Amino acid sequence: MQLAQGLDEARAVRAGEARVLTPFSRTLLALCVIGAPALGGVLPEDRADVMWHNYNGGDITVQGPAVLVQKKVGDSFSFSAGYYEDMISSASIDVKLSASPYHENRKQENVGVEYLHGKTTYSMGYIHSKEPDYIANTTFYSISQDMFGDLTTVTIGYRRAWDQIYRDIKQPNGEIVNDPTFHERADHRGYTLSISQILTRNLIADFNYELLTDQGYLANPYRKIRYLSPGQGQGFTLADQVYPNTRTSNAASIQMKYYLPWRASVAGQYRFFRDTWGIVAHTIEAGYTQPWRQWVFDGTLRWYTQTNADFYSDLYPYANYANFMARDRELASFTDWTVGAGASYQFNVPGAPWISKSTANVRYDHLFIDYKDFRNALLAADYGAGNEPLYKLNANIFQVFVSIWF
Amino acid sequence: MSSRDHRLARAVAVAVLAAALGGCTAPQPWVKPYEREHFADPIMSFNRDPVSSVYLDHVFESREGSRGATGAVGGGCGCN
Repeated sequence: MQLAQGLDEARAVRAGEARVLTPFSRTLLALCVIGAPALGGVLPEDRADVMWHNYNGGDITVQGPAVLVQKKVGDSFSFSAGYYEDMISSASIDVKLSASPYHENRKQENVGVEYLHGKTTYSMGYIHSKEPDYIANTTFYSISQDMFGDLTTVTIGYRRAWDQIYRDIKQPNGEIVNDPTFHERADHRGYTLSISQILTRNLIADFNYELLTDQGYLANPYRKIRYLSPGQGQGFTLADQVYPNTRTSNAASIQMKYYLPWRASVAGQYRFFRDTWGIVAHTIEAGYTQPWRQWVFDGTLRWYTQTNADFYSDLYPYANYANFMARDRELASFTDWTVGAGASYQFNVPGAPWISKSTANVRYDHLFIDYKDFRNALLAADYGAGNEPLYKLNANIFQVFVSIWF
Repeated sequence: MSSRDHRLARAVAVAVLAAALGGCTAPQPWVKPYEREHFADPIMSFNRDPVSSVYLDHVFESREGSRGATGAVGGGCGCN
């Protein structure tokens, strides 16, 4: 993320050099640029963001703070550091079916550095995420090169992650501890290629491709499959999920942004996804941004659809039906819509001349998921196993954050 | 091979070489630096507020089966 942001800002700042100049100065600057083809790129701006986020939907509430700081050191280095926390309170449909409602925290720290040399930017970073039952360490590296008169930026990247998965159990005294009989691992590798291209004086396009591979324990240890058991209980029995130990996915996206004559922008994005589990997904997103005085307003509409994994089923006909079996609703077939709106207000901070710009921001998104083959198993007693209504999820997503540039 | 064939072969070789060398020429920027002022406006950034876009990517990745090609690198988690 820091990388993508760096590229955007570098391009913006570079282009911004011509923004406040007279036509004569622009011509002079253009001549200087033509005469000095080795002019280098630009590092991200010095900036700090403090956010509070809240997700509420499907009887899950996840909220917490997020902080991100970026600071240049000298002309060649930029450092970043971030902190993110999820405070989770969950009584979701999955939890109600096969586990107990719970509260837990997930904390994530990240650091990164960018080094600029000529037109090349080298980036690397580290992310550490910790939950009571999940620890993940991620490293990422990338090289970015500006070319063709800085109209094009090509980036290649690599990331590697190591996860440790535990399973919590409740002791007779009510204490929640890691199950000593359960400790699994998962490794992940990712390869990215990104091309950012200025197409016209008003239009820019980004292409992203990412290959991800996973190996190890890839299931959710708390969720269960269910299979038919007529005459017993609610007509079905729960059993452990069995996932493949490997997964490879390919994702490619293209996004474009166009500057409108009245100082506004429209954006469009399409992403295609396919993996070895049989999931095929499409994402289409459109956005509009309108500044007005000290405000900037955003509106977005996002549509997403996916097919189910080959080994997914809402209800298996009998126990041990297949080698691999899953009922994670993230692997089901569904379509979702997200409608979002945001507002940003730029203000001055009196008595703090070192702050060059500051904004207060709010954003709200509503997510609606319409599952095609994931049923509300909690209603099996009323409708019979396999005949329950399909599950639907509505979630409200709030963000409030303050940003300062210094 | 006749002298006429030789001349034709040389002409084809020269044409192929010229085309190949022409392909090595870097394309000239068709949007000059002084024409890129709109890209300096933050509203043209794909990622104007990274703290916000990282968070939304995290939400979607937790709820959906697909991942990748968003331009972001997130930390792993057992989020569901």
